[in-house]
Amino acid sequence: MGAGDWLRSRIDRYVDTRLGPDYEARSRALTVRQNEFGFDPFGFSLGSVKYVVLVSRWLYRSYFRAEVHGIEHVPPAGRVLLVSNHSGQLPFDGLVIGMALFLDADPPRVVRSMVEHFVPTVPFVSYLLSRWGQITGTPENCRRLLSDEEAILVFPEGARGISKPFSQRYQLQDFGYGFMRLALETKTPIVPVAVIGAEEQAPAVNIKPLARLLGSPSFPVVPYPPFVPLVPLPVKYRLYFGEPIFFEGDADDDDEQIEPKVKQVVHRIQSMIHMGLRGRRGIFW
Amino acid sequence: MASSGDGERRRVVVTGVAGRLGRLVARRLHRDPSYHVIGLDRRPFIDRPKDIEHHQVDLRSKRARDVFRTQRVDALVHMGFLHTPRATSAEHYSWNIGGTDRLLEYCAQYRVPKVVVLSSANVYGPRADNTQFLTEDAPLLAAQAFPEMRDLVEIDHMASSFFWKAREIETVILRPVHILGAVKNAPSNYLRLSVIPTLLGFDPMVQIIHERDVAEAIACGLKPGARGIFNLAGPGEVPLSVVLRELGRPTVPVPHPLAKPLWRAAWRLGLNSFPVDEFDFIRYVCMVDATRASRELGFRARHSLRETIHAVLDSRE
Repeated sequence: MGAGDWLRSRIDRYVDTRLGPDYEARSRALTVRQNEFGFDPFGFSLGSVKYVVLVSRWLYRSYFRAEVHGIEHVPPAGRVLLVSNHSGQLPFDGLVIGMALFLDADPPRVVRSMVEHFVPTVPFVSYLLSRWGQITGTPENCRRLLSDEEAILVFPEGARGISKPFSQRYQLQDFGYGFMRLALETKTPIVPVAVIGAEEQAPAVNIKPLARLLGSPSFPVVPYPPFVPLVPLPVKYRLYFGEPIFFEGDADDDDEQIEPKVKQVVHRIQSMIHMGLRGRRGIFW
Repeated sequence: MASSGDGERRRVVVTGVAGRLGRLVARRLHRDPSYHVIGLDRRPFIDRPKDIEHHQVDLRSKRARDVFRTQRVDALVHMGFLHTPRATSAEHYSWNIGGTDRLLEYCAQYRVPKVVVLSSANVYGPRADNTQFLTEDAPLLAAQAFPEMRDLVEIDHMASSFFWKAREIETVILRPVHILGAVKNAPSNYLRLSVIPTLLGFDPMVQIIHERDVAEAIACGLKPGARGIFNLAGPGEVPLSVVLRELGRPTVPVPHPLAKPLWRAAWRLGLNSFPVDEFDFIRYVCMVDATRASRELGFRARHSLRETIHAVLDSRE
């Protein structure tokens, strides 16, 4: 037993006491597939999730003070696609939605989101995200999880959404069509989600020449130190979950047939965003 | 066993029979009274049971052809591939590609009704954008990243084109995940190192299969009626770190920008026997969906994850 093991057991004990009996009860209520070593086929492990829950719960409750509306629209079990707007330079919106489903949904659910293809090449991030239930964003992975009756979070705006400048806040970017084809193919209900707050967490401008130089999709700069959006502002998050929408049709239809269905989801999210913006008193409270 | 005469037994030629896995397959089939095993390997067959026939010949030689020409052969199990990292690529090519080409030709010429080729799930290649579970129709991209895999990919391609060309022959291509056991292959050798290098910040999910389960899968593939390409997975998926922890070996995490140059230097000095490019297997996911094998071959791994991991330390026959 080395110093490392001693430290790990101390940390474990600390984390367990801080998380308390509520976490214990909620994680027991989850339906998670596990093998003899405690991992699901995608590398998700409840054992390693508790550390990130401790931090995320603080972000969710104290830092972003998230307010959740309509969580009862998320089906308690069975396959579902959560489709949300995406913004804020860093994907805290995904984290907050995940926490809402774990802490405020009844029964709690694990929501898994699809990460970009470069993520597995980044040290530590590569495996940590997979331990916490995130998956590489391929249609096959999504299909497999939906057929296993899991909940999946998608941001059809992708990088266009998360990296948009402050001037375009609450303006939805173009949606990809992949999520709709998957929903049609797997007969999965779509729950539209509007996230209010994330769009203001990092008021950034995009320095295009630098982005081009670095070959990245954007180079955001914020007007306060450290000038790159590493720390989000303590905005208040408001989440609106809409009623599930069921679509029918052929997943292999031309884009022209898919487009109106996607538009329907976009309009639903847009109108929830408007509703949320009208109802709030301020950005930070 | 004595009741069935030699005439009714299916005569199976097994290439690479003198290797660890080959011997396991020979024993598995030998126990079964419906098979008569004919070994084909240029190495001697140590501890050969008396009624297993063995021809110590080169696959490319005329005497290998005679095995097919002079007697009835009911099936070929082809697993005699050269994978010695230190051998030259010309030698690899001539043995692996040339040898496979000849064997398939004999099978067509002498009407061997069943061919089982042991390929590998490694032919898909470890890649950052791999989907978690690759199905049999995924492209074989391993050779893009590392040329050492070219032979294996080409053998797989040869076997699948044979599957389409020679429709009267039942061709079975098996693509098992990392085979663990006393067998001397890259993953088992890696796990037997006294200090195991890992890549700092990477811990991909891996699939492993017990060597005896592979022998069983080959027996499943020999069943009449079975044909096609099949991924073979073991009892489940675990992170690489769990395998290492289970074995209790000390590990050295190396930052990946440093790992390749260090490893290449060690390779040149002859300190290790892993080509640098195999590092991608401990960096990215290369896992398969094996539902087709369980549905059509009725194959299920019998050894648990723990048994499979500990099989690398097992030296018994």
